[in-house]
Amino acid sequence: MTPSELGWALLRVAIVLGFLLGTLPLVIWFERRAIAWFQDRIGPNRLGPFGLFQPIADAVKLFFKEEIVPANADRFIWSLAPALSLFPALVAAATIPWGPNRLLTPVADVEIGILYFLAMSSLAAYGVLLAGWSSNNKYSLLGGLRASAQVISYELGMGLALATAIVASGSLRMTEMVAIQAEPLWGVVPFLHNWLVFTPWGLVGAALFFICMLAETNRAPFDLPEAESELVAGYQTEYSSMKFAAFFMGEYMAVLTISGIMTTCFLGGYLAPVNWSPLQSLAETGGGIFVPLATLTGALAPPFWFLLKVAALVFVFVWVRATLLRLRYDQLMNLGWRVLIPVGLMNLALLTVYLLYGWLPALVGYVLAIALYAIWAGERARRVERRQVILYAEARPYRRAESSPSSTPLSEGKGLPQEVLHG
Amino acid sequence: MNIIRDVIKPISRGMRITLRHFLGEKQTVFYPEERKEQFRRTRWRHVLLRYENGLERCIGCSLCAGACPVRCIYVEAAENTDEERYSPGERYAKRYEINLLRCIYCGYCQEACPTGAIVLREDYELADYTRESFIATKEMLLEPLPVRDAVAESTTAQE
Repeated sequence: MTPSELGWALLRVAIVLGFLLGTLPLVIWFERRAIAWFQDRIGPNRLGPFGLFQPIADAVKLFFKEEIVPANADRFIWSLAPALSLFPALVAAATIPWGPNRLLTPVADVEIGILYFLAMSSLAAYGVLLAGWSSNNKYSLLGGLRASAQVISYELGMGLALATAIVASGSLRMTEMVAIQAEPLWGVVPFLHNWLVFTPWGLVGAALFFICMLAETNRAPFDLPEAESELVAGYQTEYSSMKFAAFFMGEYMAVLTISGIMTTCFLGGYLAPVNWSPLQSLAETGGGIFVPLATLTGALAPPFWFLLKVAALVFVFVWVRATLLRLRYDQLMNLGWRVLIPVGLMNLALLTVYLLYGWLPALVGYVLAIALYAIWAGERARRVERRQVILYAEARPYRRAESSPSSTPLSEGKGLPQEVLHG
Repeated sequence: MNIIRDVIKPISRGMRITLRHFLGEKQTVFYPEERKEQFRRTRWRHVLLRYENGLERCIGCSLCAGACPVRCIYVEAAENTDEERYSPGERYAKRYEINLLRCIYCGYCQEACPTGAIVLREDYELADYTRESFIATKEMLLEPLPVRDAVAESTTAQE
């Protein structure tokens, strides 16, 4: 690595770190304001313009709070856990491309960018797990336990969803994944980009990945490890002061990073919705008004579009949190093992069919898969209905409502269970 | 489980509802700057009323103190004289105190009052720093003297 390359790399690191740490308060503020709006409230609006400085005040408050270590906590692991939850979210952003030029390419445009992301994001689960274990507290332990159960149920689905993106673009390198999506839409519409989400397998993959990324970041409706209504605060029950803040920051940083990954893999990365490149050639040949337009769309637009997509995804995160209820433990695993993995596998198989045999067999495959599912689901619904009828018939002798109307007055106790009268 | 009926439809419907609330009107009242209008019959801090001519309605009969379920009202009556007249009747309340920390704002005193002197009104901002300040004295409870137009005019003319 030459000195100039090193300089550029350091500059990129500074940009990514600065962006992540700088937008963090903004995201926290946005979440609080948006969730308030969803609940017909206003949200924090006192400190600074629109309440923008509220997260800073929160951070200062947390900074001056006393740090309490539980008496029987495993001190080393207990201190390690917040760092383990913050650090992976921070470094996972290293392979996300922000734009096409030298300053905005990923910090490290490695061959295995997406694998690196998977490895780093899986590491974040250890933060939660170890926090739950080392706190020596039943709620924390249950939170950590849930986190581990959650990880093994959705990460396969997430891997399969990302595998569609990998197979579709034929590369694990993030920049190449974006470059593939810059082709004309479906190979025919010239002025639009072929974002992966516009293809059937991309759409299914994006839907799967979206569900998985909610689970990955431990956010509603998959916030089981935290579950403030049942487990106090889950794995972070015993944490206070800056260690709590580290978990808090880690969560929002993970939201930002994973939104960036989703943008890159499925939503066309830093590409604009419309292909501006004809403008560049017009500027070269025609000049005049096209020159500033071309610079605007060429140099400034990519990070803008990237950030716009990330912001939209963060909004959807909050929207989902405001809408959906937390899943039960078994429902989450049901979803992970019996929905996400089969659908992901089917999707991946049909994508390979498309790549090997063209779009017609793939289309037939999709229709066939949906038809098979419909038949299976219908059969299952009939089976459930039959079972209900049988159970209903079996319970008939034990039902009170259908027993013969009692001839004696209620006060003598006939027809009412004993505990109603004497309980 | 029907994926369209049981999963996609309810979720999209819920998302639509929350989005409508996101864009809709907000219920927040900016408290110190603006206050919610209280209901007309709301029962908060007591007020001792006067007649239109400025005389106090309270005749010091202590029926309110008798009706009070938590015994938070203290009334000390005194005789009216022609030189020093506070109320139209024979007697008036020399001291009238309510312990607002004990009061349960039930409104029985209002019901018991024969002259309609004590009523519960809408002043709900009762927080304070010391226990002593929660003993509402007669001066605090009494309605201010009605300002007659003639009196107001004469005072402004003098100035």
